[in-house]
Amino acid sequence: MKELSLHILDVAKNSVKAGASLTEISISTDTDGLMTVSITDNGCGMTDEVLKRVTDPFYTTRTTRKVGLGLPLWRLAAEQTGGSFHIESSTEEGRSGTCVTAVFDTKSIDCMPMGDIVSTVVTLISGSPDKDFVFSDNDERNKRSVYLDTRQMREILGDGVSLDALEIQMWMSEYLCEQYENKTEN
Amino acid sequence: MKSLAELAAIKAKMQDKVVIREGEGAIRVVVGMATCGIAAGARPVLSTFVEGVANNNLTSKVTVTQTGCIGICQYEPVVEIFEDGKEKVTYVKLDADKAKRIVEEHLVGGKVVNEYTIGEYKKI
Repeated sequence: MKELSLHILDVAKNSVKAGASLTEISISTDTDGLMTVSITDNGCGMTDEVLKRVTDPFYTTRTTRKVGLGLPLWRLAAEQTGGSFHIESSTEEGRSGTCVTAVFDTKSIDCMPMGDIVSTVVTLISGSPDKDFVFSDNDERNKRSVYLDTRQMREILGDGVSLDALEIQMWMSEYLCEQYENKTEN
Repeated sequence: MKSLAELAAIKAKMQDKVVIREGEGAIRVVVGMATCGIAAGARPVLSTFVEGVANNNLTSKVTVTQTGCIGICQYEPVVEIFEDGKEKVTYVKLDADKAKRIVEEHLVGGKVVNEYTIGEYKKI
């Protein structure tokens, strides 16, 4: 994978698979160019046993094959920039969930480009229209902040319109792109 | 400037037109979007199908959905097309340009693009 946004799509899909009703993706970059990407969900969580092995490429929950590369690659992408990777999870009933945090030094030559993050967000939401997502991207270097919350969208749309409807996908894409272009305004 | 308020207008517009997705002639396009698919470039393929369906006014007939690992990772990006009463067509090793052709020839024209199917690919 050549873009961080593709990794984000991949890792966030784990949250959906874990039955999360809400998944939050937050990206924040400080003035030094350190970028923290955290993906937090209220899914089923993982036991300590699983958590220990989750970045082992030869561990997977899937049944089609014996390797699982999503998280190991995400970890590598962060660590090769001199950044870090951290994962926390709880299976406790009522407050289960997982939080995957990866820190990237965007000044590093080994830091992958973010790529098309708007496509990632739209693909993620339209792939699971019955789940909620909150996306935020705050960049202190160029004073830009981008935000989208599907719960707010749902409030306006009601039950009649599914979030995977084409018109909604287009709107989300334009809505996000516009926020990315408005560097100074927000 | 886009705003959340616009969603209300979109909603009103969408309620005017009733979308029939089931029934005769319904086509389902399924794009594999697991780690293997994403890494091989499935996201632009998916976007191409979504846009192609919209631009050709096929939304009443064709649905585009995502799925996990189909199990043939070496052939990703993989797209399966299910059509009522017809055999499933599996396209392999796609990219945005190939997807565009499939939209035009298969979804619009009704003719399978043989050279991109898994059967043809395996012959090479």
